[in-house]
Amino acid sequence: MVFKHIDEPGYTNDLACYVRNGGYEVLRKSVLRKPEELVDEVKKSGLRGRGGAGFPCGVKWTLLDRKSGKPIYLVVNADESEPGTFKDRYIIHNDPHQLLEGIMITCFANKVERAYIYIRGEFPEGARILEKAIAEARAANFVGPNILGTGYGCEIYVHRGAGAYICGEETGLIESIEGKRPYPRIKPPYFPAVLGLYQCPTIVNNVETLCHVKHIADRGGEAYSKIGTPNNTGTRILCVSGHVRRPGYYEFEVGKITMGQLLNEVCGGPLPGRAFKAVIPGGSSAKVLKVGERYKGKRKAGADMVEYDWGLEDIPMDFDSLAMIGSMGGSGGVIVMDDSVSMVEALANINAFYSHESCGQCTPCREGSLWMKKITGRMVHGEARPADGALLKSVADQIAGRTICAFGEACAWPTQSFIAKFGDEFKAYPETKKSPRADGVPELV
Amino acid sequence: MIQPATPDLITVNVDGKEIAVPKGTNMIEAARRVGVDVPHYCYHSKLSVVGNCRMCLVEMGMPAVDPATKAPVMDSATGKQRVNWMPRPTIACATNASPGLHIRTTTPIVKECREGVMEFLLINHPLDCPICDQAGECKLQEQSTGYGRGYSRFIEQKNVKPKRTALGPRVTLDDERCILCSRCIRFSKEVAKDDVLGFIDRGSYSTLTCYPGRKLENNYSLNTVDICPVGALTSTDFRFKMRVWFLKQTNSIDTESSVGANTVVWSREGVIYRVTPRQNDAVNDTWMADSGRVLYKQIRDASRLESVRVDGAVADLDSAVKAAADRMAAGKVAVVGSGRSTVEEQFLTRKLALAVKARAWLVSRVGEGDALLVSADRNPNVRGALVTGLVSGLPSRSLDSLGAQIDAGEVTCVVSVGEDLTAAGLSAVQLSKVSVIYLGTHSNATSAAAKVVIPTLMVFEKHGTFVNQQFRIQRFAKAVPGGPGATDDLVVLSRLVSAAGGPKLGADLGSLWPSIAAEVAPLSTMSYGNIPDTGLLLDATPWQGLAFVEGPSLHFKPAAPAAKEASRG
Repeated sequence: MVFKHIDEPGYTNDLACYVRNGGYEVLRKSVLRKPEELVDEVKKSGLRGRGGAGFPCGVKWTLLDRKSGKPIYLVVNADESEPGTFKDRYIIHNDPHQLLEGIMITCFANKVERAYIYIRGEFPEGARILEKAIAEARAANFVGPNILGTGYGCEIYVHRGAGAYICGEETGLIESIEGKRPYPRIKPPYFPAVLGLYQCPTIVNNVETLCHVKHIADRGGEAYSKIGTPNNTGTRILCVSGHVRRPGYYEFEVGKITMGQLLNEVCGGPLPGRAFKAVIPGGSSAKVLKVGERYKGKRKAGADMVEYDWGLEDIPMDFDSLAMIGSMGGSGGVIVMDDSVSMVEALANINAFYSHESCGQCTPCREGSLWMKKITGRMVHGEARPADGALLKSVADQIAGRTICAFGEACAWPTQSFIAKFGDEFKAYPETKKSPRADGVPELV
Repeated sequence: MIQPATPDLITVNVDGKEIAVPKGTNMIEAARRVGVDVPHYCYHSKLSVVGNCRMCLVEMGMPAVDPATKAPVMDSATGKQRVNWMPRPTIACATNASPGLHIRTTTPIVKECREGVMEFLLINHPLDCPICDQAGECKLQEQSTGYGRGYSRFIEQKNVKPKRTALGPRVTLDDERCILCSRCIRFSKEVAKDDVLGFIDRGSYSTLTCYPGRKLENNYSLNTVDICPVGALTSTDFRFKMRVWFLKQTNSIDTESSVGANTVVWSREGVIYRVTPRQNDAVNDTWMADSGRVLYKQIRDASRLESVRVDGAVADLDSAVKAAADRMAAGKVAVVGSGRSTVEEQFLTRKLALAVKARAWLVSRVGEGDALLVSADRNPNVRGALVTGLVSGLPSRSLDSLGAQIDAGEVTCVVSVGEDLTAAGLSAVQLSKVSVIYLGTHSNATSAAAKVVIPTLMVFEKHGTFVNQQFRIQRFAKAVPGGPGATDDLVVLSRLVSAAGGPKLGADLGSLWPSIAAEVAPLSTMSYGNIPDTGLLLDATPWQGLAFVEGPSLHFKPAAPAAKEASRG
């Protein structure tokens, strides 16, 4: 759906090509409707945010403080910075007008007259493409003071970040647009829906989410909600990276494909002579899943509760199932690791990332993320102690749930889950480290 | 923070204790009221709430209501409404009182949260309290003793940061000790309105610094040192001079202007080491200007007067008093009082003027007000002179008319209580025409010209009261003994009064205040001892029509627009 045209031979990112393929027809239709109807469609669609948290989009819109008399802003979160995720970039690069159309429909539905696209600093090309696309759309009257002659006006601005992961956190992103350090705000009281950008009510939506809005406005919320599985509607883009034969981005109906199908059938299975060892299902901050582990419990199926007993390969790729087994669908970045990977070294890599990206505002994350990095760094540099795994877990436990923003969880969950699932490997690591690696994999130093 | 007269009171529950607090009170303050200490670093009652230190994490709960009926859900065991406790701890500083809000501060989760935050704060913090200047008044030290684990699990390399950065002329920063609470940043921005501080770099490598090309040099920069919970920001003047636990604290008042900021004077063995603000929510909150903190240095200034002199020769007090009385009796006297004198001294100055049938003058000192804690009226106690009746109107900008009287021969003897008459507008020639009796602390042109010089005490060396711009009478206490050769102003004045034929009045606060209370109507119910530490507001109605020079300051609004220069007498 969202990726319908991406990678089609001859499909380019200019306006003419987009319009040739039916582009902006949905916007034409939508601006003739009542804004409230569109909000209702999105609510009915059951669309959940594709940025990471999976918060229902329609609910987010209804939480907006519309009585304050202040302007309402839309902020498009194009700060795709979760390691393992690379879907928004392709939308921006290859089909930017689809995003713009989604933005304009969202703005119209929520009576927004100013939208900001916050694009991460590492996407200079994406920013250039968006600027060009906005100029084209403005020339064609899809964006601007009088959209399609309706008298409704809305401007879109592109704001480039300066290269910080935390700018993907919605309140940090808002601070960054305001020209400050992207220190996430405390909630309460600074919920974006009430006190967002410039202390005005603000919607912050992910790029992919907004593209889905276009398709919801097109098909109707009811019809959209039939795609995917209940409570996990629509399609979503999964970005598979790591040790599979065919890594890449794939769009599927949510929950209609299992992890096993994705990895073995779609992505062609493990590399020759290798076996899967672990999967991080939703971007690097999601908790790791171990191959061979069984996940048991009860789940809702319609009105009933049914028992389930899944191996990793049986897990449906949807928000609820992944949350149920203790991880998350997150941003859709599926990171696959095979048996060549040392989990200690993998965690050292992840910890290095999170300690580099911690904004430094609140104590547990600021100090804890660097401490964890220093521990795993020391371990892979040959000074591991058997007790380090337990220490790591305890440090992570002191972070999660005690910070201003979700970064606390993002940096603690990898450590917590790596130790929980691969604790033995951490315990044995001091010994492992002493013997040279037989498989010829270069040592991480 | 002006509370409404009848605030909406809300009942909240802290560790099982119920307390009624005004709506919007945050839970750190609410807990404080029931004697529960919620440890914190970044929270400061006079600054915005940022919630970044995470030390004040507590468990929070709300009374349970049935989602459908909104009826309270009762607990059959206790007969009380059940409380739904949140699964995650919440920061107390950003949790405002709402009806029925419960917090718990003693549970294992809270204990563990505090231990965790303490451990995190200490891993990259130097553990060298014995050589740290903040030791003894360090929140990190106190709370690590109170809430920390007492041991470290950190075996990695600590971060290295700049150790002694001069942020400005008066503040030195040790970045390794900084716990990034951002109090100083918020103070500069929100109170001093001089947004110069910020963090650079990120994560644990974040470093406090000034914006490029800027310095922390506003007149309130040292407040950042006061509110720094750790040893990161230190006063360049005070650092490593003295251990704070050796210092005696004495309540005092800032004398640099009519604001009358409340202060604490820190001294040891008769030597003052620093002056810091003392909280008074009606006057200066928790702040004071840098300029007021160095006034004590005048105590040891080389120009300090150290001996009684009569006609240039060293004399004793008795002969000086006699010589002064003789000169007053022989001539036509004018008494120049001071807006820097205390209420008690002004009372005695007035008595002296009455005894010698002289007119009393007051010297005005006007500077630029900063709308915060330094007002345009640079005398701390002009209103005291009004209250005691020393003068009936505001002083004029100079003593020109006194000079004219001298020139006309209408005045032949001038008693100056601590005022340099040449600085106040009299010429050396005019001074040479009269016999000057000078009571003061430092030598100047007037003391040089005076026939009788009696050294007196500085504000740090005596007790007394001032009436500030709000007509708030505030008292201060003696921090250090008087300098060599100096005599308490009250002693000198009361002896002069009686030597000039006036009444015998007390020469100390205890015996003087009954006379003051008897004669000065606005002070009739008071004594030095019963003035609270935060002062007492006097009835200002008799002086409402006067054109005081001050513009607004932190907790003061002028009654009428500040008077124009031209309209003053």
